[in-house]
Amino acid sequence: MRKYLISSVFLLAITSIIYSCQSQEKMDLQNYIASGRDIYIAKCQNCHGEKGEGLGELAPPLTDSLFIKANKSRLACFVKNGVNEPLVVHGKEYKEKMPAFPELTNIEVAQVLVFITNSFGNKEGFYSYDQVSADLIDCRK
Amino acid sequence: MNKIIITTSICLTLIISLSSCQQDKKLPFYGERHAETVRDAAGIEKIDTVYQTIPNWSFLNQDSVVTTNKLTDGKVYIADFFFTSCTTICPTMHRNLLTVYNDFQNNPDVMFVSHTIDFKYDKPSALKKYAKKLGVEGPRWTFLYGSKDSIYTIAEKSYLVAVGEDNKAKDGYIHQGYLVLVDKDRHIRGAYDGTKVEQVDQLKKDISILLAEKK
Repeated sequence: MRKYLISSVFLLAITSIIYSCQSQEKMDLQNYIASGRDIYIAKCQNCHGEKGEGLGELAPPLTDSLFIKANKSRLACFVKNGVNEPLVVHGKEYKEKMPAFPELTNIEVAQVLVFITNSFGNKEGFYSYDQVSADLIDCRK
Repeated sequence: MNKIIITTSICLTLIISLSSCQQDKKLPFYGERHAETVRDAAGIEKIDTVYQTIPNWSFLNQDSVVTTNKLTDGKVYIADFFFTSCTTICPTMHRNLLTVYNDFQNNPDVMFVSHTIDFKYDKPSALKKYAKKLGVEGPRWTFLYGSKDSIYTIAEKSYLVAVGEDNKAKDGYIHQGYLVLVDKDRHIRGAYDGTKVEQVDQLKKDISILLAEKK
């Protein structure tokens, strides 16, 4: 009986640890999305729109999930350094420059990207600020 | 019996005053005004109010064609000040203005006039490219280029919109995002913050009121 009790307590502890781990990650995701939304409104929405719809041929929409997936490791560079090359989004070419946002810290870049890549029909999950630092090193290739 | 008569008359007065209110729905006049003595058709002297009026203007449009106030005379138009490389308020302003443009697309009496304040870079060819990328073609929305003096003067003195160069600003210029509603006699009848959806919705309503005013 005693053995049974101990093992069940042990099992319960393990499950709760796993469960809390999962919810921690989920919480991080929710936190990043919440902070990222504010940054998006302040810095991105002018051109890319409330629903990520873009603006004519001046600013591309952020709703092309395939583009987002294929260019995920370059997104941090786009935000921090701006874009000065044509990009093909939803099969259309966009040639306007995007301004750089050097004032954003790595964690802010991570937050705004988590918001964008999990909104407007995208579902890329979590993106940590460590990954932002790593991706930024590879910018000038 | 007396009571009934009184109540009916009160009701009638109310109804009449309410309906006359609706007929009187008019937009205010903005800017300075002064009284002037004028003679009417019969030669009798009368005092009349003279409202602030947009003076004659002449700028280059996006096709490098000299364009003057003849374009908008007798029409209702919305004027604003922007520049093509602006990344702060201009995209929002023009996104919102585009919805007004589309709402009134079948009405040739509503026109749009955007002035660039970037006299260095926004030559007519740059304006043409911008208009096309915004999705605007045709004569109803005109993009105007002029010298720094002429544009800045008409902005501040006539349209009452503050504009200026500022090296500290992110894109090099600062300006207010007002959409200015001008009537067929070139009087300012409204000014709306082009970055706020509610105010742009009000602009749409006010355009209809202005169009319905007696000609």
